[in-house]
Amino acid sequence: MMIGATEIPTEYGLWHYWVVTVLMMIGLYIVIARDNLVKRVMGLNIFQASVIMFYVAMGKVAHGTAPIWSIKDGHYQNISSEFSNPVPHVLMLTAIVVGIATTALALALVIRIKEEYGTVEEDEISEMDGPIS
Amino acid sequence: MTNHFPALLIVVPLMAAPICLFLRKQWLVRIWAVLVAWTCLYFAWTMLNQIVGGIDTPIRYAMGGWQMPLGIELSIDAANAFIVLIITGIASVVFPFGIGCKGLAGPEGKEHLFYAALLLCMCGLMGIAVTGDVFNVFVFLEITSLSSYALISMGRKRQALMAAYSYLIMGTIGGTFILVGIGFLYAATGSLNMADIAVILPKVIADPKGVTTAVVAFGFLGVGVGIKLAIFPLYQWLPNAYTYAPSKVSAFLSATATKVSYYVLLRLIFTLFGVGFVFKTLGVQKVLLPMSIVAMFLGSLAAIYQTNVKRLLAYSSVAQIGYMTLGLCLLQFDGNTIVNHDGLTGGIAHLFNHAIMKCGLFLIVGCVIYRMGSTTISDMKGFAFRMPCTFAAFVVAGLSIIGVPGTVGFISKWYLVLGALAGGHYLVAALILLSSLLAVVYIWKIVEVGYFQKPEEPIKKCEAPLSMLVPVWILMVAAIYFGFATELTGGVAETAAKALLGSHLPGAVQ
Repeated sequence: MMIGATEIPTEYGLWHYWVVTVLMMIGLYIVIARDNLVKRVMGLNIFQASVIMFYVAMGKVAHGTAPIWSIKDGHYQNISSEFSNPVPHVLMLTAIVVGIATTALALALVIRIKEEYGTVEEDEISEMDGPIS
Repeated sequence: MTNHFPALLIVVPLMAAPICLFLRKQWLVRIWAVLVAWTCLYFAWTMLNQIVGGIDTPIRYAMGGWQMPLGIELSIDAANAFIVLIITGIASVVFPFGIGCKGLAGPEGKEHLFYAALLLCMCGLMGIAVTGDVFNVFVFLEITSLSSYALISMGRKRQALMAAYSYLIMGTIGGTFILVGIGFLYAATGSLNMADIAVILPKVIADPKGVTTAVVAFGFLGVGVGIKLAIFPLYQWLPNAYTYAPSKVSAFLSATATKVSYYVLLRLIFTLFGVGFVFKTLGVQKVLLPMSIVAMFLGSLAAIYQTNVKRLLAYSSVAQIGYMTLGLCLLQFDGNTIVNHDGLTGGIAHLFNHAIMKCGLFLIVGCVIYRMGSTTISDMKGFAFRMPCTFAAFVVAGLSIIGVPGTVGFISKWYLVLGALAGGHYLVAALILLSSLLAVVYIWKIVEVGYFQKPEEPIKKCEAPLSMLVPVWILMVAAIYFGFATELTGGVAETAAKALLGSHLPGAVQ
């Protein structure tokens, strides 16, 4: 179950891992650089999505299919001889649920903040209350 | 029945939380939560006795009958059992705090939601502590974090909302880092079970290609846990979160959430990656040691300059976490064997001691807010005469934070200093003592205002209600009792340290 570079066709190289890295950095940058609380939640979503893609890419085996067995002549039989690793994909179901819960809670907090302060810009909120680091 | 206790520790609070939503009567919800906490304490106590007293091997529980490495396994040795006892013990004291008083548990009329979140938080903490599966750690960490964001946002002031939001952003980044780290760990080993990873990982580390994956995995996991633990440069979420949360929540989280993160760090280092890899190959102690010392001083110095008593205690927590991580760095190696683990024992003992002291202090502040309505230190004039019992408890807890002999705080600092001296770190030993002196300053600040400064208006005695005083004094008696009877703190901490050190296989120390 070692996932090494040898299983990936050479024409793709490590391209998908670069996609993950770039997305992750974009997400983190938005979280750090933006003052708008909603935009920061969106940045956090991009950050989490990149990790989900990282896991999905990790579980993919070149030429592998979904690990589903079919019934033929009353027996379970493989469709293909090579399967993708389902475990990372299944783990991501949980991670997606966690991500949704976090986003929902964050947005609920933003709504409460908007009710209390009348704004969702962090710099304006800090002016009203003094700095919150 | 007894063999199902590990699973019940998670299942009971998890199932009890939604039931809170149906018990709409406030007094019923309070009693329900207390009963759940006490039941879990019984489970934890039985398990600790089984491990420390009778059987010497870890308890292993296959969830749903699926054996490892395919199924999820709960595995409990002396270290987990100790952590579980701390969480349930603190919950058993914090939940009944002020059981007959209004306004302590979130907004009026929403107590059932408050207690549901509190029980979920407890469930998550238990899950992290008992599980033997790394992905499970992530899931339970998120359960804990999500419920604690909600709990913190229930504070009275509107700043609580921003504090909860900032914690949410930081906590989610930390959680996601842990997730990435678990991904790399899985890529390197093909397993999620801790015991299984512990067997496979040394082979990966020995392979020059695999070692990079292991280093990256440790980096991500270390930073992620560091955020949750509030290690020195990653602590910014902590002061606001503890300042604006309801006192009950501050008391519960300060005593359990960071402690469980410390436990996760111990597991990572000792069970998963192995001492040899972390301390010899990576040299983590070279980074962690200065960070811990800076945390000890910066936390204490920042505490001295605070005007809000809750923020003072929060910064003091940053300093105390520094002592705990310092304990890790004081392990002594002679070639490949560990010759001295006093520092680690001190770190684990401090985990227990700090839980008692800080929980007590936040509860005392809860009493002060309830009676005097303010958290500003200058408003606490005459505190000693208005609430003598509460003030006496504050003095005991304060002495313990300083580390005066006869209190629990002394035991852990004693072990830390022993560990430092055994390793020849004389400067570190001196710095531990020096930073304790800083604690004298910030504790004295409150004593001075409370005892020596007289308020303008005549002093009227208004002692905190008994339902608040009893939990506070239970903690204070514990702080004194365990300061003399060291077999639980020192002894169990030492057993836990040995269990952690013994859990990596021969050959892992390289």
